[in-house]
Amino acid sequence: MAASSLPSQPSPPTGTTDLTTQPSTLASELFAPGVGAQAGPPTTPAEGTGTAGQATPGAHSHGGPAPTGSPAERFTSTDPDAFGVPTGREETWRFTPMKRVGLLLNGAASDAHLTWTSDLPEGVELTSVEAGDPLLKGLPEPADRLAALTRQRSGGAAVVRVPQEAQLDRPVVLGLAGTGGDDVVWGQLVIEVGAFAKATVVLDHTGLARYSGGVSVLVGDSAQVTLVSVQDWAPGALHGGQYDAVVGRDATFKQVVVTLGGDLVRLVSNVQYTGPGGTAELFGVYFADETQHQEHRLWVDHAVPNCRSNVLYKGALQGEEARTVWIGDVRIRPTATGTETYELNRNLVLTDGARADSVPNLEIETGEIVGAGHASATGRFDDEQLFYLCSRGIDAETARRLVVRGFFADVVQHIGIDALQDRLMRTIETRLGALPGLEEQEVPA
Amino acid sequence: MSVLEIRDLHVTVGEGDDAKEILRGVDLTVRSGETHAIMGPNGSGKSTLAYSIAGHPKYTITGGTVTLDGEDVLAMTVDERARAGLFLAMQYPVEVPGVSVSNFLRTAATAIKGEAPKLRTWVKDVKTEMAGLEMDPAFAERNVNEGFSGGEKKRHEILQMRLLKPKVAILDETDSGLDVDALRIVSEGVNRTREEGDVGVLLITHYTRILKYIKPDFVHVFVAGRVVDEGGPELAAKLEDEGYAAYVKDSNEQASAEKAASEVVTA
Repeated sequence: MAASSLPSQPSPPTGTTDLTTQPSTLASELFAPGVGAQAGPPTTPAEGTGTAGQATPGAHSHGGPAPTGSPAERFTSTDPDAFGVPTGREETWRFTPMKRVGLLLNGAASDAHLTWTSDLPEGVELTSVEAGDPLLKGLPEPADRLAALTRQRSGGAAVVRVPQEAQLDRPVVLGLAGTGGDDVVWGQLVIEVGAFAKATVVLDHTGLARYSGGVSVLVGDSAQVTLVSVQDWAPGALHGGQYDAVVGRDATFKQVVVTLGGDLVRLVSNVQYTGPGGTAELFGVYFADETQHQEHRLWVDHAVPNCRSNVLYKGALQGEEARTVWIGDVRIRPTATGTETYELNRNLVLTDGARADSVPNLEIETGEIVGAGHASATGRFDDEQLFYLCSRGIDAETARRLVVRGFFADVVQHIGIDALQDRLMRTIETRLGALPGLEEQEVPA
Repeated sequence: MSVLEIRDLHVTVGEGDDAKEILRGVDLTVRSGETHAIMGPNGSGKSTLAYSIAGHPKYTITGGTVTLDGEDVLAMTVDERARAGLFLAMQYPVEVPGVSVSNFLRTAATAIKGEAPKLRTWVKDVKTEMAGLEMDPAFAERNVNEGFSGGEKKRHEILQMRLLKPKVAILDETDSGLDVDALRIVSEGVNRTREEGDVGVLLITHYTRILKYIKPDFVHVFVAGRVVDEGGPELAAKLEDEGYAAYVKDSNEQASAEKAASEVVTA
């Protein structure tokens, strides 16, 4: 694909960020009774696991025969035909609206592309490689037909290179804007960060497109990489993508996925570790309105010792046929002693007619781990919280917005870029309706 | 000068056949500048009275009236009651994750006053009041009631009362779960509000302990959903010595007599 590097203004000066959540929120959730560190297969069921709106029996497993059918060993291939054509009955597709995703799956090869804008700090290289380049052969393989089609049809890849030991003075920002059109845009991006480097890369998806884009992040030994992927698409957009992170020895990879726009977004995020001591933190927020389908599937594969993973995804839904799916698969292989992992998914169902599916899967094949746990809860706006806030004179609508805003801010703050955080919170607030009279909200302590 | 008038208030909890009458004809008048203690055994309906006045949806008003300066409180939504000047310090304040104390307080003050308070004076006011309640400034950036100790929750309730300046404040077992220091700090906060303004206070408690710090003008003994005895501070002293046993016994006898009478009627 043609990757054009366009100069653009650096990020505007950071304004006051209005995120009020304390780290204690996370800590209290992580260390709640009944979850958290335990050796061997956990026996404590996560509270409130499952689905709101419509029950999905057995949507929960602790190793053993997984009723969701998530296989312990996942099939991958660069050949689309090796997967067959999905019918919607397959485990990986059973939550996805096949008619809509069919517009991607059945899309022809095309030379349509997104409009790229980039802000590259000094030392960062944006280039491209042709199909058949050795770099592409070494990437984690596609895990479903759409990802395989994407790898095949993208005809090479755009590559962001951060040299080893680089300390970037600002984030790498790639604006990927859809320009409309029915042709599917096929894309592949490789982000290669050298050893001991520290970098943040933002993928900012906007506009209208049918886009299937693979993203592979190669995190060098002891590097610290943050990948932020914002799906702020216009209504009608379709976006499928497989995100792979290959985490080096003692490296830290943080991914923050923010899905707000588009008609259908289906992202599959995978993490693998190439050496001991790696850390992966996967954060996500999603907000589905009427008829939006937002699906986030995670696969963290612990195959080497002494690595950590932490997953926190939060979503809110409002309106008829708003639909979210969260699948969190974590596997701890026999060789992955000393693993520490935790995953948490929370969904807030704001109106009738919306449906959230939440399926955590933890497969533990060694007892010699530091801890493994998961929790999933899907609920409605809490009546007691509402009463408490209203009893202080706050009207019900404002109270609801206040709580939902806090719910999202808890995750958005992990991005660490004030200007982007502010923009996303503003977008969320617009979706919730404006909070009256709270422009000067921040009160310095 | 404000007056909260409760007349023949009947309240049930539960629906249909499961509905249970908790308040059985409560009469009470609280005027500005007055402090009323409502004392009674567990399960007598004290908290139900507090939550019914505040408008908790769990409770159904089946009879009687509640007015604040002649306005029908029962016709108001929960937030309208607060804006009309009622405040309830809760026995079990609710955690609101993701919403900081500072954000919450300012949002509430904006709602009550009808406009956002001036930032500079507001920050100063919050600081002053927090210092008065011996609260760490870092408290303002924590999430509402999340991970608060029992004492911190009660101080936070009184902080809100101080900042929102209600006409009538109902304190529901604010003394429960407090150690002596916290009880003193919280009581001093309530007393400052009483000294400064024309607030009416309805102090709901099981024990006489808090009345050593907050001196009531009137004491009402609350048993089985109604006021069964009224007096001045001396009544609290009597309860301290004798407990509720005599009242509860009377109430039981009366309840069985009423039950027998109703059975005669239905038979």
